[in-house]
Amino acid sequence: MKVLVAKPGLDGHDRGAKVVAYALRDAGVEVVYSGLKRTPEEIVAEAIQEDVDVIGLSVLSGAHVPLTRRVLEGLRAQGAGEIRLVVGGTIPPRDVDALLALGVSRVFPMGTPLPEIVKFFQEVTP
Amino acid sequence: MRDVRLHAGIPVKPVYGPEDLAGRDPARDIGQPGEYPFTRGIHRHMYRDRLWTMRQYIGFGTPAETNARFKYLMAHGQDALNVAFDLPTQLGLDSDDPRAEGEVGRVGMAIDTLADMEDAFAGIPLDRVSVSLTINGMAAPITAMYYAVAEKQGAAADRVVTTPQNDILKEFVARGTWIYPVDPSLRLVGDLIEFSARRYPRSNPVSVCGYHIREAGCTTAQEMAYGLAIAAAYVEMMLARGMAVDDFAPRISFNFTCWGKIFEETAKFRAGRRLYARLLRERFGARSPKSWMFRTLIGGGGSAFTVQEPENNIVRGAYIALAAALSGAQTMALPTYDEAYTIPSAKAQLIALRTMQICAEESGAADTADPLAGSYYVETLTNQMEDKILEELAAVERMGGIVEAVKTGAIQAEVARQAYLFEQKLVSGEMPKVAVNCHVGDRRAEADREVELYAFDPRVAATQVARLATVRRERDDRAARAALSRLTDEARGTANLMPAIMETVKAYATLGEICQAMKTVFGEHKEPIKW
Repeated sequence: MKVLVAKPGLDGHDRGAKVVAYALRDAGVEVVYSGLKRTPEEIVAEAIQEDVDVIGLSVLSGAHVPLTRRVLEGLRAQGAGEIRLVVGGTIPPRDVDALLALGVSRVFPMGTPLPEIVKFFQEVTP
Repeated sequence: MRDVRLHAGIPVKPVYGPEDLAGRDPARDIGQPGEYPFTRGIHRHMYRDRLWTMRQYIGFGTPAETNARFKYLMAHGQDALNVAFDLPTQLGLDSDDPRAEGEVGRVGMAIDTLADMEDAFAGIPLDRVSVSLTINGMAAPITAMYYAVAEKQGAAADRVVTTPQNDILKEFVARGTWIYPVDPSLRLVGDLIEFSARRYPRSNPVSVCGYHIREAGCTTAQEMAYGLAIAAAYVEMMLARGMAVDDFAPRISFNFTCWGKIFEETAKFRAGRRLYARLLRERFGARSPKSWMFRTLIGGGGSAFTVQEPENNIVRGAYIALAAALSGAQTMALPTYDEAYTIPSAKAQLIALRTMQICAEESGAADTADPLAGSYYVETLTNQMEDKILEELAAVERMGGIVEAVKTGAIQAEVARQAYLFEQKLVSGEMPKVAVNCHVGDRRAEADREVELYAFDPRVAATQVARLATVRRERDDRAARAALSRLTDEARGTANLMPAIMETVKAYATLGEICQAMKTVFGEHKEPIKW
């Protein structure tokens, strides 16, 4: 299992992304962290180059719907639709279904206990 | 007996007494309020002479919408403003830039040109209202717009009181709105400090922040240590530029966070004031007592709030306000109970303002200076906190100093490591959080409950883009181009860039154009990814 934890868009809050990256690493998952302010196109390219199984997007700015849509479109356009996408951050309850409908595997809104996120990655099959 | 340890790692004993203070010199360490080293606060009578300023962080959508919210809170007794800008503005991107998609007007108001700034402050007299601008990478052009609006309103330069945050080092450590590489970014910080100190004597051209670093994960002692290290770096930079310390240090201000652990926070601020006074007087040779004063906004920490049972955050806010008052805040701001969900609703903003007013008028915390002075516990903790902060300052020195630590990413990695340690304490319950890791209610019922939230208006971006197009069409384009090219030329040299930036702003150049005019010379920061 290999995961790209990525920060799309302009938001500079990386506490959550880094905490999840540490927790996954401690759980034996191979983790790559993108750094801040990556475009959806850069994230897609990095995911393919690193050959990851899952991308975890972290968005706290409110722009999660358009950013997620562009990452998913980019993956499909590159023939990498098998890479799964999960999204965490400041996701208001009303947007969770919208993200799932776009094709996101799982949404981890604010307040999600860390062990629950780790468990998802341990159970998902690459 | 349960083991108790503060966020700074200091163990707490079940009881304290005079023996804990044996060998200390109260006159030297504690002193009097309003006197060096200001442990007890920077004013003799503290809130009896002047209450803390209440300054909620506000901004969303278009400048006109934000202007209306400003006026709503001022009508309810808020006496100063603290402006939130959207991310494209903070990063120097125009609202029609493709990279701004989905972000226009989201987490603050969108500013593209001087015309937007004029709308934002329409009907607000800038010679009477003090305004903080939460802007860093783009502090120089945004503050230039603010000065230009004040000038257009006819406000005398020596009546303009504004506090641009202008603290780029903490952006590199924690908040992420950096644009240019570290060195040219620091030059812009210095240019704004120097220009403002000479032309706008009541401005506070830098607000040194520990706040965001703590919110990103570091401990209380690290928050103060990193803030002091950043302040010292700016002082050194201004001295190297040839300014005398007492010509700018009196206008340095601070911005720190506060959670609800009352005595730890109070000890942090008391120790911080003492250390800062000594730093400025002993290390930098400042002679003016105003240069020694740690004047600070204390902002309640949003990360102390929870998404679970959000109304509980109103109660947490009250303890935070009390802690901030006991800590000697000059200015106070509180997060709102809906903090974890989205930007605040008007109702949530009003409750936060009312919380500070109740603390000020009803609790008694404002009746006398430093009411906790002389407490065996608080004085002991203040001493221990001072030692911890000094240890953390030494750790920064081992990283090569704060500027080097930012460039290598060593300090960012330490903050992230602390965030992970903290999260583990939340998971284990070592750091109790009601309705999160103890006294947990019915999660399913909780998930189904509706919280009244601010609803983002997706038409904001279109409105803002149309406004920008109009300004571009109606301005004297040649004048704007000429001002931008002069800015690029001056960026290649070493002169203070503020006069050239003022010229671009007044020619209605867009923020994106101004940012790009400097990026051509400065380039972009490449983040050291270390975690």
